[in-house]
Amino acid sequence: MSEPLLEMSGLTKHFPIMGGLIVKRQVAQVHAVDGVDLTVHAGESVGLVGESGCGKSTTGRLAARLLEPTAGTVRYRGRDIAHSSRRELKPIRPEIQMIFQDPYSSLNPRQTVGGIIRGPMEVNGIAPPGGRNARVRELLEIVGLNPEHYNRFPHEFSGGQRQRIGIARALALEPKLIIADEPVSALDVSIQAQVVNLLQALQRDLGIAFLFIAHDLAIVRHFSQRVAVMYLGKIVEVADRDSLYERPRHPYTHALLSAVPEADVTAEPRERIRLAGDVPSPIDPPSGCRFRTRCWKAQDRCATEEPPLVRLQGNRDGHLTACHFPEDPTSHGGNVILDPALQH
Amino acid sequence: MTTPFLSVRDLTVDFHTEDGVVHAVDGLSFDVEKGTTLGIVGESGSGKSVTNLAILGLHNPAHSRITGEITLDGDELVRAPKSQLERLRGNKVAMIFQDPLTSLSPYHSVGRQIGETFRKHTGASRKEARDRAVEMLRRVGIPHAQTRVDDYPHQFSGGMRQRVMIAMALVCDPDLLIADEPTTALDVTVQAQIIDLLKDLQQQFGTAIILITHDLGVVAGAAHEVLVMYAGRAVERGTVREVLGSPRHPYTWGLLSSMPRLHAPVDVPLVPVRGTPPSLINVPPGCPFHPRCDFQALAGPDMCRGERPELSPHRGHGDACYLTPAQKQDIFIEQIKEHL
Ligand SMILES: Nc1ncnc2c1ncn2[C@@H]1O[C@H](COP(=O)(O)OP(=O)(O)O)[C@@H](O)[C@H]1O
Ligand SMILES: Nc1ncnc2c1ncn2[C@@H]1O[C@H](COP(=O)(O)OP(=O)(O)O)[C@@H](O)[C@H]1O
Ligand code: SF4
Ligand SMILES: [Mg+2]
Ligand SMILES: [Mg+2]
Repeated sequence: MSEPLLEMSGLTKHFPIMGGLIVKRQVAQVHAVDGVDLTVHAGESVGLVGESGCGKSTTGRLAARLLEPTAGTVRYRGRDIAHSSRRELKPIRPEIQMIFQDPYSSLNPRQTVGGIIRGPMEVNGIAPPGGRNARVRELLEIVGLNPEHYNRFPHEFSGGQRQRIGIARALALEPKLIIADEPVSALDVSIQAQVVNLLQALQRDLGIAFLFIAHDLAIVRHFSQRVAVMYLGKIVEVADRDSLYERPRHPYTHALLSAVPEADVTAEPRERIRLAGDVPSPIDPPSGCRFRTRCWKAQDRCATEEPPLVRLQGNRDGHLTACHFPEDPTSHGGNVILDPALQH
Repeated sequence: MTTPFLSVRDLTVDFHTEDGVVHAVDGLSFDVEKGTTLGIVGESGSGKSVTNLAILGLHNPAHSRITGEITLDGDELVRAPKSQLERLRGNKVAMIFQDPLTSLSPYHSVGRQIGETFRKHTGASRKEARDRAVEMLRRVGIPHAQTRVDDYPHQFSGGMRQRVMIAMALVCDPDLLIADEPTTALDVTVQAQIIDLLKDLQQQFGTAIILITHDLGVVAGAAHEVLVMYAGRAVERGTVREVLGSPRHPYTWGLLSSMPRLHAPVDVPLVPVRGTPPSLINVPPGCPFHPRCDFQALAGPDMCRGERPELSPHRGHGDACYLTPAQKQDIFIEQIKEHL
């Protein structure tokens, strides 16, 4: 594999919660991201999945250094940028771009599409050969928009087309890494596929690396070469795509996969796991293993000792799992029903 | 032949807006039997919610025009007086939405809200209503129902709040439950719990359910019959096995081949539907899907742009497309199947 482009290690972000009637002071903190280790290699696509509130977006914003971490390091091409100043970050900003779920809120409604896409080039003083306008037209074409639409405004476009505008803007500076935070979650399925195919073509043809954040496990499987599963601020399992989807070891990965509704009516019955309750609050996460309050395998040790993210026996290189009592690599077709309403 | 429990015939809903008339639902017909679930799928704006608000009589007559027939257990609803519809709602027909906070008040305990709905329709005493509320909370799987009955909606997590709303919807044992994207805002593990809960309750009480969703996976796991909607019309209808297993309409093909799968080979490319859905003010003539359809040349473009295709055959697995049955079968087997 190629050199690491982005290496996050021990990455932590706690958000203060302020309280107090007269004097505001910190009364608690949200453990949004708590010691995440994750690497993205050049040209590689890494998926980050997990349920809402588990810290995916925060991880993405830390990776893009839009947020400063509470602890840990973010190495970009070998250099730790965790606490770099704005000035120090300036030269690498163009190389790391973000795409968001809701392109509309990140597009200036009063600017033409051409202006929006030209913006980053102007800010960074980049003058492509042939001029900025020609480059904008070229970018519009790459993302599948009509270059004639240069002078239109964002509201004249559909959701899928706006996402393409956001992608064109991200491409304007020829990034090496794109952090895509739920880029297709707001789109209807028929449009979702158009945008996923576009992103895939960019990764393949332009060699751009992706940190692809989504809660949809099927889309992540489709898009990513490696996948990390997050739960309450921690990565609980990370592996190459096939290992993660075919031989998951963490009970939470099993639970997530078994909960995905599938449109296949001919498939044989699969493992069926129904967790009880919801994800606990990240303000006061459970001790030890954070998944233990919903885990059917939990024992005393899980409450006292945090399981390290390590390679388990029988797993491929790079397949790491954080669990004291992992599932058998070949276990499939089991039935675990923890939901009290469904237990009769 | 017995009349179906719910029967919708030729339903049309138009809205008069500043931009023109929105043809939100156009000539829709379907049936739902007791104890079964009809899944209505389609992308946003295809008329799913408008259809179901029409069943509940919730459209403002000043801004909408509704024609056709809706018969619930023998009662005609389209021209029914307001008072009759009010009696039906909550009692015979109940609805749950994507966002529970639209149907729960923040100012009253959940027990009081569930109890009031019960009292309104049954004339039960306060004590009976409270007991009923506890029973309902227990039924939908809320732990410590006896004490949680006094909590307010904001004290529940998203998934638990959805359960509270289901408890409230089911408190009078309705015969028909309309669930409009009930799990869209939930995480997958919680979505799976809620879907299982609905199936479980249906088995116990024989409720008819209309499940509106944009997720074909949810339909596959929870519905018996499916109606695929496009631009306010039904383009395909049949059992889950028929529609998802041997789909016949080009739009259904597009929906299915756009979806990434968890268990298909990873290198199967997604095949999107090109273009975007039409405006419902200017619905394309003929087959509303024709501007996005790759097969109209086979059917004859004059056909697709001419008269509007009707769902056929009339019963069972039907679709609204001018391709011949043999063409549909060949295209599905030769071009579509490999992408599913
Ligand atoms: N700026 C912020 N201030 C306080 N809490 C935050 C902030 N941003 C995110 N959080 C909290 O951090 C946790 C993780 O959030 P996020 O990274 O957005 O999760 P995800 O993207 O996986 O849904 C959540 O509990 C969220 O409420
Ligand atoms: N009260 C209304 N006035 C005007 N247009 C409406 C109204 N309600 C819905 N519509 C339009 O009707 C169409 C169908 O909407 P809806 O049934 O909500 O779609 P969905 O399939 O996403 O549930 C949409 O184009 C929507 O904008
Ligand atoms: S009727 Fe014509 S345009 Fe419509 S789906 Fe069938 S082939 Fe395509
Ligand atoms: Mg997020
Ligand atoms: Mg709707």
